[in-house]
Amino acid sequence: MTLDTVKHAAETPDTKLPWAELGLKEDEYARVREILGRRPTGAELAMYSVMWSEHCSYKSSKVHLRQFGEKAPQSDAMLVGIGENAGVVDVGHGYAVTFKVESHNHPSYVEPYQGAATGVGGIVRDIIAMGARPVAVVDPLRMGAADHPDTKRVLPGVVAGIGGYGNCLGLPNIGGELVFDACYQGNPLVNAGAIGVMRHEDIHLAKASGPGNKVILYGARTGGDGIGGASILASETFDDAKPSKRPAVQVGDPFQEKLLIECTLEAFAEKLVVGIQDLGAAGLSCATSELASNGTGGMRVELDDVPLRDSTLTPEEILMSESQERMCAVVEPEKVERFLAICEKWDVTATVVGEVTDGDRLEIFWHGEKIVDLDPRTVAHDGPVYERPYARPSWQDALQADDANKLPRPATSAELREQVIQLVASPNQASKSWVTDQYDRFVQGNTVLAQPEDSGMVRIDEQTGLGVALANDGNGRYSKLDPYAGAQLALAEAYRNVAATGARPLAVSDCLNFGSPEDTDVMWQFAETTRGLADACLTLGTPVTGGNVSLYNQTGEAAIHPTPVVSVLGVIDDVSRRTPIAFAEEGQLLYLLGETREEFGGSAWSQVVHDHLGGLPPRVDLERERLLAEILISASRDGMIDAAHDLSDGGLVQAVAESCLRGGKGARLVVPDGLDGFTFLFSESAGRAVVAVPRSEELRFTDMCGARGLPVTRIGVVDGDAVELQGEFSIELTELRAAYEQTLPGLFG
Amino acid sequence: MTARPSPTATLNGGPTGRWNVRIGVVTFPGTLDDRDTQRAVRIAGAEAVPLWHRDKDLKQVDAVVLPGGFSYGDYLRAGAISRFSPLMETIIDQAKAGMPVLGICNGFQVLTESHLLPGAMLRNNHLHFICRDQKLRVESTSTAWTADYTAGQEISIPLKNIDGRYVADERTLDLLEAEGRVAFRYLDGNPNGSLRDIAGITNEAGNVVGLMPHPEHAVEPLVGTGRTDGLGFFTSILKKLVNA
Repeated sequence: MTLDTVKHAAETPDTKLPWAELGLKEDEYARVREILGRRPTGAELAMYSVMWSEHCSYKSSKVHLRQFGEKAPQSDAMLVGIGENAGVVDVGHGYAVTFKVESHNHPSYVEPYQGAATGVGGIVRDIIAMGARPVAVVDPLRMGAADHPDTKRVLPGVVAGIGGYGNCLGLPNIGGELVFDACYQGNPLVNAGAIGVMRHEDIHLAKASGPGNKVILYGARTGGDGIGGASILASETFDDAKPSKRPAVQVGDPFQEKLLIECTLEAFAEKLVVGIQDLGAAGLSCATSELASNGTGGMRVELDDVPLRDSTLTPEEILMSESQERMCAVVEPEKVERFLAICEKWDVTATVVGEVTDGDRLEIFWHGEKIVDLDPRTVAHDGPVYERPYARPSWQDALQADDANKLPRPATSAELREQVIQLVASPNQASKSWVTDQYDRFVQGNTVLAQPEDSGMVRIDEQTGLGVALANDGNGRYSKLDPYAGAQLALAEAYRNVAATGARPLAVSDCLNFGSPEDTDVMWQFAETTRGLADACLTLGTPVTGGNVSLYNQTGEAAIHPTPVVSVLGVIDDVSRRTPIAFAEEGQLLYLLGETREEFGGSAWSQVVHDHLGGLPPRVDLERERLLAEILISASRDGMIDAAHDLSDGGLVQAVAESCLRGGKGARLVVPDGLDGFTFLFSESAGRAVVAVPRSEELRFTDMCGARGLPVTRIGVVDGDAVELQGEFSIELTELRAAYEQTLPGLFG
Repeated sequence: MTARPSPTATLNGGPTGRWNVRIGVVTFPGTLDDRDTQRAVRIAGAEAVPLWHRDKDLKQVDAVVLPGGFSYGDYLRAGAISRFSPLMETIIDQAKAGMPVLGICNGFQVLTESHLLPGAMLRNNHLHFICRDQKLRVESTSTAWTADYTAGQEISIPLKNIDGRYVADERTLDLLEAEGRVAFRYLDGNPNGSLRDIAGITNEAGNVVGLMPHPEHAVEPLVGTGRTDGLGFFTSILKKLVNA
């Protein structure tokens, strides 16, 4: 077979290429031909097809994502914004923190263990590519119905994969989410987040500059795994009729990644690196085109020099391979020797595969012949942009009219008690220890808070006690009822969770999980979500630093609930001031902050007791959220509260149950004036938290709330061995604990 | 007896290495808890000396800790490849000559692979990685690493592993029991199916100790489980070396 060189392509304009099989649309292929002024070579087609895929190019979402930049609040904290491998924020004392959440949804459904494992690997490489040492990971998950047989295949594999990979990297897993809902049955969501820490001066960017500088590929050898993962797997809906997609899932080797982390950080420390990019989706195609286009444009690569696991790979396959644990660095010629020595020290394979040139073309050679000659910007940045049509779904009004507030409520105290047990034992509200006990949360010795706390928190400076907190939240049920409000509620909850631990919310990353953008209903949900999130970020003063979009989470006609997972990063000056959720001291007073209304639309109660989804989600009041956060942060800093727990799904009773079980102490509750017991326990009104106040601090605390205008209601006291609602019922902690802790082990072993 | 140094004093930037005791902490490729262990050594008041697996030189340390992790990715068997590193050859010789050596988790696995300690670790009986706060009973205080505890003292320190099930033949187990060489036993539920609830053991001389749970993750009240029950390992060795 003749090698399809650039020259050969120019001479054979009529040769048919498999652009459709590689996922390109007809007009996109025509555009490639127009850009090049000829037909592409096979290798060029491979590059365009993966880089112009939905997963890499954001072609359907770009027009909406622009709002995150256009509406971004002024923030002095932002050091690196959207567009780099991950955003970077200033957290003081010369430290910078980078964080990001990404999806690995499609691979995790096809092959749960490897799909989830390589999701962790990818996000961690994004963090090291910024120059940071990774310090923690988190894992927001959405699965199908808890009792569905396929969930028993997917969830244990996903958890084992996240643990198997993350544990082996020595990164504490400090938080996450696990939500079950039938809408995720064929499309589970596996999102992975990571946090990294560096000094300001150590920030690195994906940029190839300086003609003559060498391009070094290091890490694992390139194999045939994951070829076309981004274009084929992540950019189409699943369809039973098509052949198995298993070969498009990558296989991870966390040991190799651990070596890659250490060797990269050592190279950074010696200032050997001009630019760096990790190899994730779209592999070398992405790394070379992004590095080149972010620099001056010129790069020459000898593909023969790429170390291979399989010598039969074609140049197209080498360019498309998504083999894990690889990085690409740009290094000045006189520093190459030292860079290679560090790689050798860590037993990491490293090879010079090219150099930066003074031209503006990316040229790739194979057996001495030129097989790629293009402007790298056209691959990396000038992909197609779609203004997908969207329209409010015809069913939206009926869904919102199906008011959850009208569902039958418990008629007796016994029924109220029974529903509390039912709620606490439901898979979504039950203890997640079955999952989190499979993750190392202690490694690195800096974990201050981890699940089931409101947010994960790690210390980043031993001298000052400076720390960062991260919370991830998203409620697909709220978003289904009203995607604009749902996105804002997701942000509000994560923001509140960070503040509840005493940290000041600084910045946002998001992972937007949706169905097919070719469906006008889904596109409307996406448009509303981005608009809602951008508006709320502006109001709360927390800029979006980056994120990820996962579309085509849809099997046939059935799309998942719109599921924005929002991460909020916060900073705390001294982690010894952090606030845990545990009610640990008898006699402390329980106060409810915020206002409770009859709000049951999308609630956990409506799902658990009535299997119902309808009505409107809780009302959003972002100014209230901001005030609540200020109170929680002040109270934590000044030692006025000993415990705080945000109120979200499951309402007050879920929060109180968790805080009591965590601290091993009971609580006596009284229904406040103007509320009924049912609403008091189960309403999911936003902008609320419950706090435990030492008696000595009561006046100071309530005065502060009063002075700042935050509604504060005394609702009880930490006491005894039971959760008791006066005049209604009492539940011993042993019974409550059994209900809370036995559900997941019972389902998954 | 020297007074126990205050952990907070060193944390807040106080002097470290004040007794001029040097404790080596080994890094293999894939070691994870090396920096945590160095911190624990410093908090106890000794100087932590990083040791690299490829070197043969022990840099004049007085004792060595083999920290946890997945050295060489646990390929072949946990600890099986690390055991053949140049540094381990020196450590094996020195340990036989009486130098105190502590193996934590993967470090314990390296010690059994090196035959410095008997038995082996198999996959947990429930086949899951498990991470939790684990209660132990200190069964022996006559080792170099446990003298600061009282016999029978109950402590809680983090446990986190997937290959943590201690096994040995009956004769070896009987011998360990008879010689008082079971150093730690699991309490409140055996987490992984370890025979006779064994969490850690010592050699005959008491200078080599291995255990699966992680004392280095329980040395500061603020992080981890919030307990400092693991600090005694590091103060034990410090006092032994200062008083030697």
